[in-house]
Amino acid sequence: MWNRRKEEDFVPKPASVPPTQSQLSQEGIPMSTLSGRTLDSTPQQSASSRSANIGKSVTIKGQIFSREDLTIDGEVEGTVELQENRLTVGPNGKVLAGVKAREIVVFGTIHGNVETTDKIDIRKDAKLVGDIKTARIVIEDGAYFKGNIDIIKPEVVRPAAVTAPKVQPAPSVSAPASSPQVTAAAAGANDVKR
Amino acid sequence: MSILDLAGANQGTVTFITGLGHRIYSDDILRTLEAVYGSDDVSVYDPPHMAQFLEQSLEFPDQHFDGALVWDTLQFLPPQILQVAVDRLHRILKPNACMLALFHAEENLEAVPAYSYRIANARSIQLTSRGGTRKAAQHFNNRNLEKLFQDFGSVKFFLTRDHLREVIVRR
Repeated sequence: MWNRRKEEDFVPKPASVPPTQSQLSQEGIPMSTLSGRTLDSTPQQSASSRSANIGKSVTIKGQIFSREDLTIDGEVEGTVELQENRLTVGPNGKVLAGVKAREIVVFGTIHGNVETTDKIDIRKDAKLVGDIKTARIVIEDGAYFKGNIDIIKPEVVRPAAVTAPKVQPAPSVSAPASSPQVTAAAAGANDVKR
Repeated sequence: MSILDLAGANQGTVTFITGLGHRIYSDDILRTLEAVYGSDDVSVYDPPHMAQFLEQSLEFPDQHFDGALVWDTLQFLPPQILQVAVDRLHRILKPNACMLALFHAEENLEAVPAYSYRIANARSIQLTSRGGTRKAAQHFNNRNLEKLFQDFGSVKFFLTRDHLREVIVRR
């Protein structure tokens, strides 16, 4: 009744028309360059399935830290760190940076030192100029590489030490087993181990 | 140990060297040569280009490497660059370091087959044809080679299959 708009004033927007960039930014809807993640993705998605993408027309100067996989198909100058994730440098990608990642796959170009905890894969037609520190390396024929290769052996993760009961030393004259001092010291040693 | 490989990184060679616990420095000096000279004639004496090539491909501290794999790259360097490059190799290798070089025995310099090389195992190397041919800068006989490596301690020649002369040079 009151303030009732005439029906002709209301022009419904077609549902299929996507909002414009300016509308999105005005409404505060988060923007993303993520190709593998849609805007309606749920937070329940595991971190490992996420992947960020820097498109081929994008240039970035500075530091990149990422906790998800990253694909660079544009130009990056600075440093790139993905300690636990995978970096892919696409065919158009050009990285002038020191790079650290768990795993790196290169289709494009990297100028800079590279460090991986797992593997680096330099594909055909890729170009990498810089020193490599890695646990494993794959170089396809046709790839260009200039630099040092250092293979670092991954640290062997030892299973948690089982606290086996200590063999009691044979009682000596100077320090008998029943001595309160000795037992206290042994208990202290066990505490330190835990 | 630190090993220099000048014919481009190859998976087999990298795996072999690093598997022994050594470090490998890889480069493709013929590609660097092409990049430096571009469309200019490499056979023309050109000191600025020569200096640029040496700076980009063989600029290392003295006595830096324990060994070098140059494969057949030296045969494609023009004479004015070749001797300077060999002198530079002499400088960057440690005393008693060994260098492996291969020279094609074909008389026809225009049609030297293009190969890629890799260490197959401790006893053998493997050639893989890249298809096509490449123009060598000059033909080498034993006498030429002795003269080329005259500053080194010893030079040994082995004639192998595929019309290749294998040369092991000790610094």
